[in-house]
Amino acid sequence: MIAYLLRRMLYAIPILLGVNVFIFILFFAVNSPDNMARIQLGMKHVTPDAVAKWKHEHGYDRPLFFNGPAPGAGKFTETVFFHKAVPMFAFQFGAADDGRDIGQDIKTRMWPSLVLAVPVFLIGLLVNITFALILAFFRATYIDFGGVVLCVAMMSISGMFYIIGGQFLVSKLLHLVPISGYQGGWDAFKFLVLPVAIGVIGGVGSGTRWYRTIFLEEIGKDYVRTARAKGLAERVVLFRHVLRNALIPILTGAVVVIPTLFMGSLIAESFFGIPGLGSYTIDAIRSQDFAIVHAMVFLGSALYILGLLLTDVAYTLVDPRIRLA
Amino acid sequence: MKLVFLQTDILIYCLLLVIGLYIWRARGKAHLAAPWRKVARRPAAMASAMVLLAFVIVGLLDSVHFREPLSNQKPGVTEYSLEIVSLLDKLLTPLRKHNEKTYSAPLATRLFAMETIEQPDGRIARAYPRLQYGGAELGATPKGYARDIGRLTLKGTLLALLLWLALTTALSTWLTQHRNLGWRALWRGEAELPWRAILFTLGVLLWLVCVTWAIAPHYHLLGTDKVGQDVLYQALKSIRTGLVIGTLTTLVMLPFALWLGVMAGYFKGWVDDVIQYIYTTLNSIPGVLLIAAAVLMMQVYMDIHKDAYNSITERADVRLLLLCLILGVTSWTGLCRLLRGETLKLTEMEYVQAAQAFGVSHWKIMSRHILPNVMHIVLITVTLDFSALVLAEAVLAYVGVGVDPTMNSWGNMINSARLELAREPLVWWPLAAAFVFMFALVLAANLFADAVRDAFDPRAE
Repeated sequence: MIAYLLRRMLYAIPILLGVNVFIFILFFAVNSPDNMARIQLGMKHVTPDAVAKWKHEHGYDRPLFFNGPAPGAGKFTETVFFHKAVPMFAFQFGAADDGRDIGQDIKTRMWPSLVLAVPVFLIGLLVNITFALILAFFRATYIDFGGVVLCVAMMSISGMFYIIGGQFLVSKLLHLVPISGYQGGWDAFKFLVLPVAIGVIGGVGSGTRWYRTIFLEEIGKDYVRTARAKGLAERVVLFRHVLRNALIPILTGAVVVIPTLFMGSLIAESFFGIPGLGSYTIDAIRSQDFAIVHAMVFLGSALYILGLLLTDVAYTLVDPRIRLA
Repeated sequence: MKLVFLQTDILIYCLLLVIGLYIWRARGKAHLAAPWRKVARRPAAMASAMVLLAFVIVGLLDSVHFREPLSNQKPGVTEYSLEIVSLLDKLLTPLRKHNEKTYSAPLATRLFAMETIEQPDGRIARAYPRLQYGGAELGATPKGYARDIGRLTLKGTLLALLLWLALTTALSTWLTQHRNLGWRALWRGEAELPWRAILFTLGVLLWLVCVTWAIAPHYHLLGTDKVGQDVLYQALKSIRTGLVIGTLTTLVMLPFALWLGVMAGYFKGWVDDVIQYIYTTLNSIPGVLLIAAAVLMMQVYMDIHKDAYNSITERADVRLLLLCLILGVTSWTGLCRLLRGETLKLTEMEYVQAAQAFGVSHWKIMSRHILPNVMHIVLITVTLDFSALVLAEAVLAYVGVGVDPTMNSWGNMINSARLELAREPLVWWPLAAAFVFMFALVLAANLFADAVRDAFDPRAE
């Protein structure tokens, strides 16, 4: 098990390296460091000296991937790629293109993101499982049919509609909670109720439908028939047998997203003015801040790989038949 | 008239050709035609197919572009206007040309905002100015507004009813003669196809189209936006953008996903390792960030090569195509993984091993024996992805990495109307129009995709 985990972690290194190379190529294929300097310094009246100075200060004054004149290993280490990408592996994100410390930003902005994303995840999981169980209980009746139709309809509504509609209805017409904004501590509650509720509602359609199929697949199996043949009540069959077994694919499927909860939600955070990592990323995209986008891509990839690893571990924990080797 | 072929137009024609070829091939093959017959038997699927068809017709009308000759011609030479218009633009000329000054509510006769106007007797008053086109026939002080709207609605409804009756009669006559089905059998749902659902949807669609056709030239049915453009016109023009993003993206990603997925599953070994490495790497990058980075790159590239495009329409079109490319390149990984898994299974089958034993080449085994047997996965994924892509467009527009801001799209409509929600009273109609159109398309696509999945997935019994 430990050997397996170690091997998987080593396997993550080439993937993360690949992510870095890819994002570098993407960014610098047409966009030279000179261009970046000009954008950051403002387009007008930029002297070559100022550009050179900016590049030196931000570490873009080396060749991108390969430094021909440098001696020995310096051919590869004295490059922008080496200096920008390698510290990432130690989670040293360096400074943003406008000078702020990215690591510090991430540390402070991580909490609002988590405070929003974790309740959405947990409540969403609970609500979806409950609804799916209800639909599975009433399977092949009009309740089930209506529920599925409702799910498909809810899936077909743009996520932005939920946010805009919710803000309008709850905040503007009913004045129950502020439209947007954020405060630390317990005050955060009133700012978070609406985003969390909307996050849950937005995910109900696809979640419920997906879990319903898992339940129905489980209900069709032989052990369920045996349980019914023993004369168990449908309620007992559903809760004691089906629910427990169906939770294996549901929970292991949910584990993969847990690490990425850190990254926050791009749209919701931005609409509700929550200073988390999602809105941080959007701002960086809009201001074309390469350092921040790079850091967030790296962080996102690392968390995704962690999620895959956790999924494997979760499988062995909930299903003793699976052994990692 | 001088035809203009935008790049997305050409790809749309190619797509039509591919679909045509597929239908022609599927007709003769029982194993391809049978699942489609299963889809056709589902009332919900056929109803949503009708809705999709309506969207596709609008999208296709909007994909035939041309430049009109200028009105003041010199003799001998024909000069063409620089503006590129489509057939849809021609059909909707009244909507396109009837621009007001700024916001006006649906079916309004006056502007939304108060203005200082000079009255005929010289006095200055604050009032809601009269619209230039909305209810223009009613005169300066609109009288008989309700009656006019009622008259137009009735006109539309009657026309829809006539058309519907004509179509239904024609259909049932044809069915009686060729399929030996009377209208009673149709009505009771005894035919193979769910004609009741089809005719009902057709009726609703006809009613909507006819009423719109009756009212739209005289009023702004869905109001006007900030610069006074008709919202209905924008929403209709956005259909093409949504369809293009939903279909061309998958067209772009298909070759990647197909060949890499099948190759990984067939060759195994180091080929599999390399391909798996590529898609895990791409997959681990957060989707929106990857798209954003690629789009930013594209923007810089297009800024550098500004002179390559003759008009705004062409530039926006190239940008739309590049966006499809980017979305395609970033989204092929899921399908690739599915195909790899399925191919791994298929290579263990006897018929593939028999082919290998006979010395059939790898290329031939992959294209003749494996590819046709994974096509159902491709079809299911493509139809399921379509609605996700249409919805994604709105999100990308919000992040600022969507289609060109000058292009009509639901995402752009939502994005520009979003800020107006703070106004008092509320400007709701551009948002509502965009959401309703998007909802109709995505819901129809979802229902249809469900039926396709049920029919083609061998596990769904």
